[in-house]
Amino acid sequence: MEILETVFVRNSLVVAFAVVGVTIWFSYLIADKLTNGRIHGSAIAIALGLLAAYFGGKATGGSTGVADLTLLGGIGLMGGGMMRDFAIVATAFGVKLSELKKAGIAGVISIFAGVIVSFVIGAAVAVVYGYTDPVAITTIGAGAVTYIVGPVTGSALGASSDVIALSVAAGLIKSILVMIGTPMIAKTIGLNNPQSAMVFGGLMGTTSGVAAGLAATDPKLVPYGAMTATFYTGVGCLLGPSILFIIVDAIM
Amino acid sequence: MIVYGVALLSACLILGMLIGEVLGIALGVQANVGGVGIAMLFLVLASNSEKFKSMVDGVSGTGIQFWSAMYIPIVVAMAARQNVVAAFEGGMLAVWAGVLAVTASFALVPVISRIGRPKADTDQNEESS
Repeated sequence: MEILETVFVRNSLVVAFAVVGVTIWFSYLIADKLTNGRIHGSAIAIALGLLAAYFGGKATGGSTGVADLTLLGGIGLMGGGMMRDFAIVATAFGVKLSELKKAGIAGVISIFAGVIVSFVIGAAVAVVYGYTDPVAITTIGAGAVTYIVGPVTGSALGASSDVIALSVAAGLIKSILVMIGTPMIAKTIGLNNPQSAMVFGGLMGTTSGVAAGLAATDPKLVPYGAMTATFYTGVGCLLGPSILFIIVDAIM
Repeated sequence: MIVYGVALLSACLILGMLIGEVLGIALGVQANVGGVGIAMLFLVLASNSEKFKSMVDGVSGTGIQFWSAMYIPIVVAMAARQNVVAAFEGGMLAVWAGVLAVTASFALVPVISRIGRPKADTDQNEESS
């Protein structure tokens, strides 16, 4: 057992490659045999990943899902921000500039519309739940933008730590829902071409959610959605503690 | 050489991230503004330019294609390291805020997709309606 642990820990990233490989193989098998290909294999793999993250988090009390288990620490590196961004940028290889230009204006509008709509809804839910303090309302609204915008806004405004935790939770729920919901809703919302993918990325904004949601829908759309999504958190951090807070403060 | 493609990809990411950080500081924001998106633009420009041909064609290009293909496995690992427990410990307020924000954003996709779309693209409009 000790030898096993030593080898696994020393080669953590390699272990992660193997574990993820088996997970994906298994997911594609299920997608093929049990759903007849109706559900995309990668959608199942992502759902399994989230499920594993839940149990990993429950078992260890840590904050990075299965990566907190000693034997699976490499998942943390493989699925971390550095590798994610590296692979996202690589997906842009082969993208045509003309496709990007076609959705230019709509893409920019979608980023601002996405931040504002999510913020307003998050803030409204906070009000419904009895919050009257403009700082708390703004922080929770910012959490509905993304789980990064929430704490950035909260700490800029001096929100209490439980409100910040709540804003992170709202952002995480959003991110998970986008991962799971996108393949289900893709047809209904016309998510089948580069332009709508760019608008989708701008509206959703959560890089992890968009990255996983599009991967499970149609990998060809990934670079377009990811391109706009990466501007979203920046815009959110810009608007949250400034204009949006001023507006909330004026209303309350 | 495969490593030329990988190096080009790395250079694009680092350059994009640097610009994203500078943008963040310039805007007074504690976040990287669009670093990945800018990096993607660099890669698109490089792969369409004559100057970088030797770094994106043939074997060099497979160095980039490999990482592009590793995207889904990396996303699966990313899903497995999310703080799913914290998401559900936020209680109903967090759930409602998340669910309603996602629903409204989904509903806006077809609406905003129509903006700025040339009339010649009506076939796509019909597809999406």
